[in-house]
Amino acid sequence: MRTLVDLYRGTMRIAVIEQFQYRVANYFYMIGMIAEPVIYLVVWSTVARAQGGSVGGYTPGAFAAYYIVWTLVRNMNIVLTPYAWERRIQRGQLSGELMRPVHPLHFDLAFFMGWKVVAIALWLPIAAILIAAFQPTFSTTPLGVAGFAVALWGGFLVRFFLMWALGMLTFWTTRVSAVFELYFTVELLFSGRLVPLSLMPEWAQQVAGVLPFKWAFGYPIETLIGQLTPEQILTGLAMQAFWILVGIVIVGGVWRAAVRRFSAVGN
Amino acid sequence: MSSTASAIHVSNLRKTYRVPEREPGLKAALRSLLRRKHREIKAVDGISFDVQPGEVVGFLGPNGAGKTTTLKMLSGLLYPTDGEVRVLGHVPSRREKAFLRQITLVMGNRNQLVWDLPALDSFELNRAVYNIPHASFVRARDDFIDLLELKDLVRKPVRNLSLGERMKMEFAGALLHRPQVLFLDEPTIGLDVTMQRRLRNFVAEYNRRTGATVLLTSHYMADVEALCKRVLVIHHGQLLYDGALSGLVERFSAFKTIGVTLEDGSADLSAFGEVMQRDGGRVTLRVPKADTSRVTAQLLSRLPVDDLTVEDPPIEDVIERVFAQEKPQ
Repeated sequence: MRTLVDLYRGTMRIAVIEQFQYRVANYFYMIGMIAEPVIYLVVWSTVARAQGGSVGGYTPGAFAAYYIVWTLVRNMNIVLTPYAWERRIQRGQLSGELMRPVHPLHFDLAFFMGWKVVAIALWLPIAAILIAAFQPTFSTTPLGVAGFAVALWGGFLVRFFLMWALGMLTFWTTRVSAVFELYFTVELLFSGRLVPLSLMPEWAQQVAGVLPFKWAFGYPIETLIGQLTPEQILTGLAMQAFWILVGIVIVGGVWRAAVRRFSAVGN
Repeated sequence: MSSTASAIHVSNLRKTYRVPEREPGLKAALRSLLRRKHREIKAVDGISFDVQPGEVVGFLGPNGAGKTTTLKMLSGLLYPTDGEVRVLGHVPSRREKAFLRQITLVMGNRNQLVWDLPALDSFELNRAVYNIPHASFVRARDDFIDLLELKDLVRKPVRNLSLGERMKMEFAGALLHRPQVLFLDEPTIGLDVTMQRRLRNFVAEYNRRTGATVLLTSHYMADVEALCKRVLVIHHGQLLYDGALSGLVERFSAFKTIGVTLEDGSADLSAFGEVMQRDGGRVTLRVPKADTSRVTAQLLSRLPVDDLTVEDPPIEDVIERVFAQEKPQ
C-alpha cells in the first residue's frame, strides 16, 4: 500500500510539473473550451428572458451558474480517451508500460489526478471572470458544497474507469474511434452537457438516470448550484459509487484477456 | 547444462501470428468484407536454448527472423503459441511482479522517459515504480550518471537531448532497479560509433559488476563481438546456430581468404582461387577451406611472394551468407 501511495505521489508530481510547464498552452486550451458553454448560456438566457424570466425553473442567473460550473466539470471529465489508447498501442508505448511491475491503470489514474489539481488551479481565475461577466445565482447549501467536492472527483472516476474500459476495445479492433463516436453522441445527449437534464423530456430524464453519463457530468453541477435535495445529493453519490464499481469490475475482468490478446507485432 | 540453474530456459518455443491477407484493388477489398482470408505466420518455430546466469549472449538474425518476437516472449509481452519459457524460474507470460522487478527490456527505438521533463524526474518515478529503497536508488543513479557521463544532461528536458544522449538516459533509467536479466533489442541503433562504444562498455561494466544475464540483439557486429562470447543465430524462426562466436565462422564458412603481396602485382592468380580484391601488389583470394594448405604451398613455390596471410572471412560476410539462405520448404 505504501508503494502505491509513493507511486501515486510520484506520478501526480510529474503530471503537475508537466502541466505547469505548459501553463500557457493549458490556458489557451481552457479558454477555447469556454466557447461552448458560453454559447449555450447566451442561447438559454435569451430563451429564458423571452419566456418571462425562466425556462424549466432556470433563470438567466441559474443558467449562468450551471454553465460556469460546467466549465470545471468538463475539465474534470477529461480522461484518457480511446483515441489515446489507439496511439498508445500503435506506437508501442504500451509495451514499455507492461514491463513495469505496476498495473498501467495506476499511472493513468495518478497522472490525470495530478492534471486535475492543475486544472482546478488554472480554472479559478477563469471562473472569477465568468462570474463577473454573467452574474450567476447559486442557491447552494453547505451539504451541496460538501457533496460537490466529493461528486466532482466521483464524476472524474466514473468517466475515467468507463473510458478505460472502452479504450480496451483497442485490443480487439484497431479502429475503436468509430465506437467512441457513437458512445460520445449518447453521452452528449444524456449527460447534461448540452442542456440541463431537467429541461429534457421526462422519458429522456429517466433514461439518463439509468446511464452513467449524468453521474459524471450533470449531477455534480446540479449539486453545487443548489438544484438537488439532500436525498438527491446522497443518492447521486451512491450512483457514482455504483458506476465506479461497475467500471472497476469491467476493467478488472477484461484486462487479463486484453493483455493476452495484445500481440505487440512490430511494436 | 541443467535448465534448473539457467537464468533463461527456452524449450521448443513457438509463436504463430494469424494475419489478414487480401489482394490489392477495390474488388478484393469488397470481397474481403464478406470473406476475410487469413494466413498463419510462424514467427518463431520451435527454438530451444539455455542461458546461464551472468552470460552475455548475442541474438543474431536478419529483419523478420523472430528475434524481437522471442525477446517479447521472454520478457512477458507476448504469449507463446507453444513451448516452455522460464526466466529466473518465472513463466514470463504470467507477468508476476517479482519477475518484472528483476528484468528490463531496452529497445533502441523506444522512449520510456517523460518527454518534456528532465530525466531526473523519470528516474524518481522509476524509484517509486520499482519500490527502490532511497539509499540504493541514489547510489545506482549517481553510479550511472558517472559511468555514462550524464552529469550535464540529467537536468535537461529529454526532448532536448540528442539520440545518443537519450539512449544513455534510457539505459540509466532502465537499470536503476538493478535487473538481473537484460533484454537489449538493437540498443545502439542509429547511434554514432563513439556512442555505440560507450554503451557497449557500459553494458559490459554492468554485467561485470552485477553478474546480470544479457541477451542482446544487434545488427552491428561490433556490439556482438565486443560483448558476446556466445551467439544464437535465428533465421525464419528457427535456431541455426548456438555456440561460440568464433565457431560461427568455422560452421558456416566453407572458405578462407588468402592475402598475397607479390613483387609483380599484375600476375594473374585466378588459377589459384577466386580473386576478391586487387590493391596494388596485394591480391585477396577466396579459396575452399579444404584447399587452403595446397593453394598456399603452390603460391609460395611458384610465385615471388613478399608476404602471405591466411584468414577467416570477416564475421559480417559469414553472417550475410547465413542470412541470405532461403527458407527451407
